Amino acid sequence: MTIKIIEMPHLGESVTEASIAVWLVSEGDRIEKYDPIAEAVSDKVTTEIPSNYSGVVKEFLIDVDTDVEIGTAIVKIETDEEGGEDETAVSADSTDTQEEKSEEFTDHINEEIDKEAKRRPMKRDTESEAKGSTTSESSKSSASSSDGSAARYSPAVMRISQERGIDLSQVEGSGKHGRITRKDVLTFDVESQQAPAEKAEPKQETQSPQRDTKSADTSKSATVSRTSNGDEIVPADGIRKAIAKKMVQSTTEIPHAWLMVEADVSNIVKLREQTKAMFKQQEGVSLSFFPFFVKAVVQALKKHPIINTSWDNNSIVYHKDINMSVAVATDEHLFVPVIHNADHYSLSGLSKEINRLATLARDGKLSNTDIQGGTMTINNTGSFGSVQSMGIINHPQAAILQVESITKRFVPTEDGGFKAADMVNLCLSIDHRIIDGLQAGRFLQDVKENLSKFSDESDLY
Amino acid sequence: MAMMTYLEAIRKGIQEEMARDENVVIFGEDVGGVKGGVFGVTKGLAEEFGDDRCFNTPLTEGQIGGLAVGLGLVGFRAIGEFQFADYILPAVNQLISEASRMRYRTKGDWIAPIVYRAPYGGGVRGGLYHSQSTEKVLFGQPGLRIVTPSSPYDAKGLIKAAIRSDDPVLFYEHKRLYRLLKEDVTDEDYVVPLDKANVVREGEDITVIGYGMVLNHALKAAETLSKEGYEAEVVDVRSLYPLDKETLVKAARKTGKVLLVTEDNLEGSIMSEISAIIAEEALFDLDAPIKRLAGPDSPSMPYSIALEREFLVDEEKVTNAMRELAEF
Repeated sequence: MTIKIIEMPHLGESVTEASIAVWLVSEGDRIEKYDPIAEAVSDKVTTEIPSNYSGVVKEFLIDVDTDVEIGTAIVKIETDEEGGEDETAVSADSTDTQEEKSEEFTDHINEEIDKEAKRRPMKRDTESEAKGSTTSESSKSSASSSDGSAARYSPAVMRISQERGIDLSQVEGSGKHGRITRKDVLTFDVESQQAPAEKAEPKQETQSPQRDTKSADTSKSATVSRTSNGDEIVPADGIRKAIAKKMVQSTTEIPHAWLMVEADVSNIVKLREQTKAMFKQQEGVSLSFFPFFVKAVVQALKKHPIINTSWDNNSIVYHKDINMSVAVATDEHLFVPVIHNADHYSLSGLSKEINRLATLARDGKLSNTDIQGGTMTINNTGSFGSVQSMGIINHPQAAILQVESITKRFVPTEDGGFKAADMVNLCLSIDHRIIDGLQAGRFLQDVKENLSKFSDESDLY
Repeated sequence: MAMMTYLEAIRKGIQEEMARDENVVIFGEDVGGVKGGVFGVTKGLAEEFGDDRCFNTPLTEGQIGGLAVGLGLVGFRAIGEFQFADYILPAVNQLISEASRMRYRTKGDWIAPIVYRAPYGGGVRGGLYHSQSTEKVLFGQPGLRIVTPSSPYDAKGLIKAAIRSDDPVLFYEHKRLYRLLKEDVTDEDYVVPLDKANVVREGEDITVIGYGMVLNHALKAAETLSKEGYEAEVVDVRSLYPLDKETLVKAARKTGKVLLVTEDNLEGSIMSEISAIIAEEALFDLDAPIKRLAGPDSPSMPYSIALEREFLVDEEKVTNAMRELAEF
């Protein structure tokens, strides 16, 4: 057995109150669902109220001829249903109840309006709401910053950061995916900002990455983030970005062509073996193979000025000086310092100059002059075991020579026999706008020839 | 002070103005007699002011529009009721070509001081002809003001200002708010300016701009978000045309994150225009793309209750959109 409640039903638009004119049943009567139980009277019509349930009329809850609001409980019915919640209020559906069914379609719209108004009335307080200014401490979840979207700034963030002199790299973003929000820059403490941050962007006109290690360290402290699958995302430091920019410029602007020749440098190996101990003692620096190649190339450039050039807006610039860029690798980066007027040096002079530049590069002390003005590059790729490579030209130069590993190999001799020889591959990349294959080939032949001429200790000085 | 519904506030405003100025007359379909309109807004007015000042018209909306113009020309302040905003369409020629152009084309010699009242909005299972928002049809017609209140206080103040205005005013009433909203409204004789938006809630994190039912959703959503630590600035547009650019742009600038909410279809709504204004005026204060939350671009409104709910912007949708913008 369950006790159910029947409410005063909606009797049409704008009807807020109604009364019971007469009960059509008595307490204790057994009734069936849809049996009329009472006649309700509103200002408009008299309407029979049907029962929503089958059961026994338990109790009348209102008196006859008393106005009650629509929705007021009017009668308790004990139903036959098992369980269920007691006293569940259900108003008879007025579309069923009204015998004088409303003549207008729009009535049901009013009913909908009333239904909601009754279910969840809204109270408005216009004035106090307008005044109700809130100064809440909004505790934002500080999303971890990831440089992905943190690097894109809204117009508001850009403007405010400029006005307040904020270095945005020092602001932690609280927005989605670490985005720096307007509020972040508004609340950022400018006082706490570190002294003028070194710009990570290197100057564009320089020929090679020219960062001192100090700024490299600054940029290295940039945040490392992780993707959802665990990959690490490490922002590139200033030097790496400069290298990247340079490489893209070189490969997109310069149409590269490549040649490789092999040269027999047994004579150089032999000469070095004989003289290196003495050289070290006398000159204070080790004698490596590299200066021999630099010397041979410089000599060849004298004969082939077309290699010592730059492409400049449909003109070819023939460089007066031979400034040889030499690649120096450190653990972190590749630096390309310049031997200015390389043709002025002897082999021993080149040794010392290369040594000087390499030391400066490793110590991060290269000056701007040390890295500017190169007209061609020699890269000692052999130093890390490479035997063949395709160099990317150091923009705006026209050629780069890769000196590969010197390896011992059996080579045929002219008399039909074999000999063990120290062979090296020389790989030349050329700007094909300026230099044709033939010119490059002839240049390399001269380099080869020059290499073969080192034979005597006197060649060192 | 008296607690009154949105509907009662409108009726009170009309009643006060009819008592104040005997040139104020009101008419429309079922407006007169004991019925007092399908929603009962004019109930009791015929009894109080007589059948000459509160009367029925035939079912010809074009005539309601034109009659108001003519009455205006001869010195009356006419209030024409369109039973539903959807029914304005037959009267559009009168509204645009006649009423809204009158002052301009007579160099101000003649005026059409009219209030066209129209219940709009869905969520009442009214189907196509009883649920639409038609403001965008009449929006952007110089000479025709469009206003809509979103609270009982504004409802009374705005209708009074509209009746006193020498311009034709299209006065939209959200029918779902009629008996849903209750507010203590002062008995004093006050008016709410016709051309001012209203900041109804202050906050620093996001700015929500809307009117009508959705504005009330936004106010409730703002309370929810407040518990999550975000404070929303909520602006009631109120004056749909001309728009109160100053208030709207100022509120947009305040937080840089703007959500525009309308019950109307997404594209070509009043919100599209507000979005353009903010983009033009406040670019360098924007901290997020201007977002619009609206009904889908399909005819409003489905009769099926499930589809109608899907169509309508409700409190949950507003809350989600606000939260998303706050977190951006």
